Amino acid sequence: MGIAETRISQLQDRVVSLSIPASAWNAKNRAAAVDRLQSMGLPAPRDEYWRFTDPKSLNAVEAPTAALFDPKETDIFDTVDRLEIVFVDGVFDAAASDDLSGANMTIERLSDAERQDTHWAAGCYGALEATGQTPVQRPFAALNTAYATDGMLIHVTGKVEKPVNITYRRANEKSDVLLHHVIKLEEGAELTLLENGPAAARLNKSCEVFVADRAAFHHVRTQGRDHERRAVTHIFADLGTESVFKSFTLTANGALTRNECVLRLNGDDATAHVAGASVGDGGFHHDDTVFITHDAVGCESRQVFKKVLRNGATGVFQGKILVKPDAQKTDGYQISQSLLLDDDSQFLAKPELEIYADDVACSHGSTSGAIDEEALFYMCSRGVPNDQATDLLTLAFLAEAVEEIESETLSDLIVEKLEGWLERHRP
Amino acid sequence: MLEIKNLQVSLAEEDKEILKGVDLTVQAGKVHAIMGPNGSGKSTLSYVLSGKDGYEVTGGSASLDGEDLLELEPEERAASGLFLAFQYPVEIPGVGNMTFLRTAVNAQRKARGEDEMSAAEFLRVVRERAKTLKIDSDMLKRPVNVGFSGGEKKRNEILQMAMLEPKMCILDETDSGLDVDAMKLVSEGVNALRGEGRGFLVITHYQRLLDHIKPDVVHIMANGRIVKTGGPELALEVEQNGYADILAEVA
Repeated sequence: MGIAETRISQLQDRVVSLSIPASAWNAKNRAAAVDRLQSMGLPAPRDEYWRFTDPKSLNAVEAPTAALFDPKETDIFDTVDRLEIVFVDGVFDAAASDDLSGANMTIERLSDAERQDTHWAAGCYGALEATGQTPVQRPFAALNTAYATDGMLIHVTGKVEKPVNITYRRANEKSDVLLHHVIKLEEGAELTLLENGPAAARLNKSCEVFVADRAAFHHVRTQGRDHERRAVTHIFADLGTESVFKSFTLTANGALTRNECVLRLNGDDATAHVAGASVGDGGFHHDDTVFITHDAVGCESRQVFKKVLRNGATGVFQGKILVKPDAQKTDGYQISQSLLLDDDSQFLAKPELEIYADDVACSHGSTSGAIDEEALFYMCSRGVPNDQATDLLTLAFLAEAVEEIESETLSDLIVEKLEGWLERHRP
Repeated sequence: MLEIKNLQVSLAEEDKEILKGVDLTVQAGKVHAIMGPNGSGKSTLSYVLSGKDGYEVTGGSASLDGEDLLELEPEERAASGLFLAFQYPVEIPGVGNMTFLRTAVNAQRKARGEDEMSAAEFLRVVRERAKTLKIDSDMLKRPVNVGFSGGEKKRNEILQMAMLEPKMCILDETDSGLDVDAMKLVSEGVNALRGEGRGFLVITHYQRLLDHIKPDVVHIMANGRIVKTGGPELALEVEQNGYADILAEVA
């Protein structure tokens, strides 16, 4: 069987147990995604885009069992004044969620909204995923658009003070979940989205974000510490003039995580920052794949990814900056770094720049290194115990990514989580 | 207080003997100076005493108030009262100077079974001691030694020493890279810590530093050994005649 046939037969097996939810306004969006999916099939192991991450367990018909894990701690954003939305194994939990209403925004469940005849999201659902399929195919995103069972549709018309927090709990060892969110920020609107929790044994989550002119979207998420969970996630965003998009992800543990972020800067002077800190100990594979397209003048983009790896953990970074011919005065920055705490762990990086404009400043760097022994000795010689000094140096390494979070309250919560993780994972 | 007996040390990676039997005793409250030409083993002695990796002790002993230093981890040596002011203080990006100081002070207190210093108390003490060393609040906030000038780094070492209040201080070429004013400032910082039974071992190439920090005893080190010991006049002799005469005399 050739590769093309393999892709298609894998897809056929994968979708046997899935069904497309009934919908009026969204039926054609879902059908279009099915068409895209059928022309692509699922990723094959030799695909360039999947060179560093084996898609096998994501392609598998059934979600591999993932043992439940009790972190014995409160949810990270519990202390934040927020509007909380709870999903348990991909199913909306109304009792655990706050009332879905707030000033300057509407929030609806996708599954509720799909029963309506018309909807504002009709032109949005799947739209960014569809354009995000070129020049690189993202089959799991098309699969998500076609088969997602639920999600949130958030329409933001002004500044929203309280962050919206989606918590993904998990109670089932075999849960296989597809969720799709659409967030539309009108001109000048502002929203902070917080996400946390392990979500599922196997999660496929997609989030499409429309950021209109002068709007600002802030996103901070933590992916649950469950050791055996798997996740493939996509964030697609289109940015208007002078708009701001900032996304930060903390990933601890997880058997497999593939986070794709596909951003297009379409309006002049827009700002897009995407950052990640990940920490892995043992059988952990974490892949950040980012594609940023500059298609307007004077935009700034930053990609800052830091990974701490030990005991055979693997970190992957694939990051691309594409600067279109008219995107003059582009300021692009990309850094991906790993701190390898032993010889068994590995970091695989593929930074790419593709620039067609002539007046741009783009810089990128990628490094792998160990703890700085000189600094470690210096700290110990002042009486700081070796493991505590190692933690401090590790946090210092991660700091550049964490500092991408604008809110100090939120970055402090992330640092607290990281401190806890490091303390628990000392050699 | 500090007692070094017949200490022999080789580089761990290569079979090269650096210290060939060092004998040295520093009494409580005394300032000892070690002078000597390049490559005589002065810095190696300071590193071995503070527990740096890469050296192999092949013989002899070193103890602080009767406690065997060579058996301890670097942080344990620090907690038992040893302090090394580095010749080249290390830059630590991402770790705030103040955070580092407070972590170190409290780690030592914890190791000794003492109560940790409260944030307010720490802040008060550090501000007061920083002021006398002309260390401003900006330097305290910045990452440890990052972007500091040579003089600022050395002043920062003395601030750490002042905060940690060690029993035994080793100063490894603290005068290197300092202009006259900075040397004066650093020396004043050191002199302020003299007394209270604190011992000092001041390693230097030049007599100049010893004009400011007046030693009780001066040792000349050459080729991995202490070859001559005397009073402050020995430093002046080196200044006038160089090491050649002394080395010829003991050869």
